[in-house]
Amino acid sequence: MHRDGDRYRTFSRRSIVLFGGKVVLLSGLVGRMYYLQVIEAEKYKTLADENRISLKLLAPKRGRILDRFGRPMAVNQQNYRVLLIPENTKDIAHTLAQLGKVIPVDDHDLVRVKREIKRRRRFLPIILRENMKWNDVARIEVNTAEIPGIVIDVGETRFYPDGDHAASVLGYVSGVSEKDLTGDPLLELPGFRIGKAGMEKVHDLALRGKSGTSQVEVNAFGRQIRELERREGLPGAETWLTIDMELQKFVATRLGNEAASAVVMDVHTGEVLSLVSTPSFDPNIFNRGLSRSEWKELASNPRTPLNNKAIAGQYAPGSTFKMVVALAALEKGIVTPKTRHFCSGEIELGDSTFHCWKKRGHGSMDLVSAITQSCDVYFYEIAKRTGIDRISAMARRLGLGQILDIELSGERKGLMPTRAWKKKVKRVSWQQGETLLAGIGQGFILTTPLQLAVMTSRLVNGGKAVKPHLTRHVVPFDAVEPPLPVYPEFASIGIHPPHLDLVKKAMAAVPNSPYGTAYRSRIKEAGFKFGGKTGTVQVRRISKAEREVGVKKNKDLEWRERDHALFVGYAPVQAPRYAVSVVVEHGGGGSSTAAPIAKDILLEVQRRDPSRGQSAGRSQDQAKKPSSKSAKKG
Amino acid sequence: MALSPFGQSDMSIGQRLWQINWSFVLLISVTASVGFGMLYSAANGNLDPWASRQMIRFGAGVGLMLVVAVIDIHVWLRYAYAIYALSLALLVVVEFSGSIGMGAQRWIDLGVFTIQPSEIMKVSIILLLARYFYASRMEDVGRISHILMPLILMAVPAILVMRQPDLGTTILMVATGIAMLFLVGVRIWVFVAGALATIAAVIPLWQFVLLDYQKKRLLTFIDPEKDPLGAGYHILQSKIALGSSGLFGKGFLEGSQSHLSFLPEKQTDFIFTMLAEEFGLVGGLVLIGLYMLLLIYAFAISLRCRSQFGRLMGMGVSTSFFLNIFVNIAMVMGVVPVVGMPLPLISYGGTAMLTLMFSFGLLLNVYVHRDVQIGPGAADGN
Repeated sequence: MHRDGDRYRTFSRRSIVLFGGKVVLLSGLVGRMYYLQVIEAEKYKTLADENRISLKLLAPKRGRILDRFGRPMAVNQQNYRVLLIPENTKDIAHTLAQLGKVIPVDDHDLVRVKREIKRRRRFLPIILRENMKWNDVARIEVNTAEIPGIVIDVGETRFYPDGDHAASVLGYVSGVSEKDLTGDPLLELPGFRIGKAGMEKVHDLALRGKSGTSQVEVNAFGRQIRELERREGLPGAETWLTIDMELQKFVATRLGNEAASAVVMDVHTGEVLSLVSTPSFDPNIFNRGLSRSEWKELASNPRTPLNNKAIAGQYAPGSTFKMVVALAALEKGIVTPKTRHFCSGEIELGDSTFHCWKKRGHGSMDLVSAITQSCDVYFYEIAKRTGIDRISAMARRLGLGQILDIELSGERKGLMPTRAWKKKVKRVSWQQGETLLAGIGQGFILTTPLQLAVMTSRLVNGGKAVKPHLTRHVVPFDAVEPPLPVYPEFASIGIHPPHLDLVKKAMAAVPNSPYGTAYRSRIKEAGFKFGGKTGTVQVRRISKAEREVGVKKNKDLEWRERDHALFVGYAPVQAPRYAVSVVVEHGGGGSSTAAPIAKDILLEVQRRDPSRGQSAGRSQDQAKKPSSKSAKKG
Repeated sequence: MALSPFGQSDMSIGQRLWQINWSFVLLISVTASVGFGMLYSAANGNLDPWASRQMIRFGAGVGLMLVVAVIDIHVWLRYAYAIYALSLALLVVVEFSGSIGMGAQRWIDLGVFTIQPSEIMKVSIILLLARYFYASRMEDVGRISHILMPLILMAVPAILVMRQPDLGTTILMVATGIAMLFLVGVRIWVFVAGALATIAAVIPLWQFVLLDYQKKRLLTFIDPEKDPLGAGYHILQSKIALGSSGLFGKGFLEGSQSHLSFLPEKQTDFIFTMLAEEFGLVGGLVLIGLYMLLLIYAFAISLRCRSQFGRLMGMGVSTSFFLNIFVNIAMVMGVVPVVGMPLPLISYGGTAMLTLMFSFGLLLNVYVHRDVQIGPGAADGN
């Protein structure tokens, strides 16, 4: 016991030390726990929430675009998608094979899915098909039991019900590209679309709306466990345009496959009822994303579907410019309504001969008949005396040679030459022969169809500096009723009213007098009569030799060499309300090609005028909407 | 009374069962039940896959513990070296043919279940040292030659386990052994010299022996936030779980860190974190309190024992148990490196549970045979 007593004392002494050590160490752990869970608790709480809560943006509904009567031009359509969730199927090849019995699936899909699975987590869905037709969706739904891992999901995508008819106004939406990024996280949402052209681009910010947020709890692998809080965003504003979609469709159909454009506007308010450029493109394909071959086809088409000819096409105005020359000459006192000139079919200036379109000549002409019959010699004569600078100044007052700010991007300025301009740009002096050419709207002068419509409006609205526009209202999504548009009283352009009356009288005679160049296109219905002016623009030089042999007829020429056909018009003659400009590239003659189109458009727009009460059903419907007439009065 | 050190106790099985410290058994069961609850929570409120199997293992463990407790203490004395030899043999087997799991080579697959020889070695070392020193006099212990043999016998399995690599178990075995050397009365200067020698050895060890992942663990331990998505991820997430729970926790089954899988291996090494996340500081304190009670019991049992063999075994078991608890909890709180060590009685794991219950069996065995005198002491006694 003695020896054991020694050992026991050592053992018990040392085991007390050891036990004490254990107590100290465990107390240290308790202290550490207290530090973490009480003193530092706040810091770690935040970290834990950051861990588990992930903030997701919810894309807002894009605002619709409506025409002046509330007819939808751009809407959101349900987009049925077929998704594959890899973790829900054991055999992807089998799933795709089963799906292949319902909708077409090829090996390419299998390769793509397998590639995506490698890159992403297995619970994240992979898009197999988008924009599915409803009956395909239904067929998949019925067979879901046999197709493991397949999910049908509904998203929203932009849809343009009228396809290519309104593309020149609406533009299109498309995916966000690198240079569009502004730091707004909404733009970084997968599949988000922004306006890339047209009104979609002009009103993009308003149409976009405000994004909502969704707080979701996620686990360490990013899988969503549940939604904690959801704040819905604000849908984008509805945008009402001045366009009359039915008219727009009518005009687009009327222009057909020609490389042409037409603008219809209200001469008093500047509301553009129709702005068409043909051929056009289907904006829906830009939304879905177009293939290389589709793009190539659009970009290489000689009739330039991607160019909005109504605002960006620049053409010599031809004889439609004669009203401008006439007004400039009247204002300067170079002509009076009684001034006569004799047209022999040509006029000499120095060594050159300037021809009238009518080889035999018009004989004795006064101002009105010179416009009505489009006598070139008369205008050579008065242009020579008026001078290019005065003609250009008058043209500018009428809206030519300048940007008119019609909201759409890509608007071109045209060209109104002056002596100073030529000296500066071409570094040579102005030649008098060039003034003669300007007298019949050729030479350096360039105008756009939009400018021609504005010019016509200003000629017939009492000389007011009307400006064109396309937006009626932008209505926030929660607003009850769209406010009536209020248009400013446009300033006068300062033309002596009797001069305007004289020009109007001449224009009225163009389709209505048997001598007029558009007599074949007159409207016979009482109250619908229209006035206007034809224009035919040569695109090639006619050599002296050819002139002697006989000028080739348009139909014998290559399309590219044919004349441009133009017409500017207004209706009704007694109380002008609508102006139209029509330009058909290489269309032949103004009176043979452009005038019949302008006539059909002007007849249609007058018939569609709600204030006329033509159709009981429609006028009732439109009574609620702010009609253009009340808008004008307002 | 026994006349030979390998004599027999004169108690019957029934008497021994009666002698068992049943309040200690109850305390073990209460602690293990906390573990069942946590495993139920770890499976998002399911008994499967962990809680139910853990209960079965615990049941088996209790049986094993009682069997170990009632076997005559002389049997353990007699077979202590044999058990050590067998454990060493198993370790050698895993060294050459063990299956690979969790990046560490630790298991032997017996078909029905797998065994982890390093866990068994933890207990065997205690038995070995108790056996070696049970009859040593103070003079013997004072001689370096006397303690050379046990040091070699400790070092061999320690090196084998470290090569697996299982740093946690290695440290635990070595520390338990050192504690037992301390208890038998090895002179203090030996420990001081040993500590200096260790420091001198660390430099070449760092250079040539430690694997990269072990070095990385040690380095990121110093500042886990330096690599929050890599090596420091686990410990950072664990600290976030602990810290965000506060005083009373997030509630049973409501631990966001655990249930959203931010916490790694929540059913094994990081189960304490999950408990503290769901029950807060209070929950953590309750568990540490239970452990403290168990340690007090073990301490009392050891001091009360009249044989040096029993005392050494008792303190060896309680020290190993303590180290297990301390390293695990300190690890999940970011105080020591993550070395891969389960929390006794709570973490999911078969071999760990059975070897722990085996060692508790030894502790109860010491209690049952508290008045039995063994070996030279017995000869002196009476």
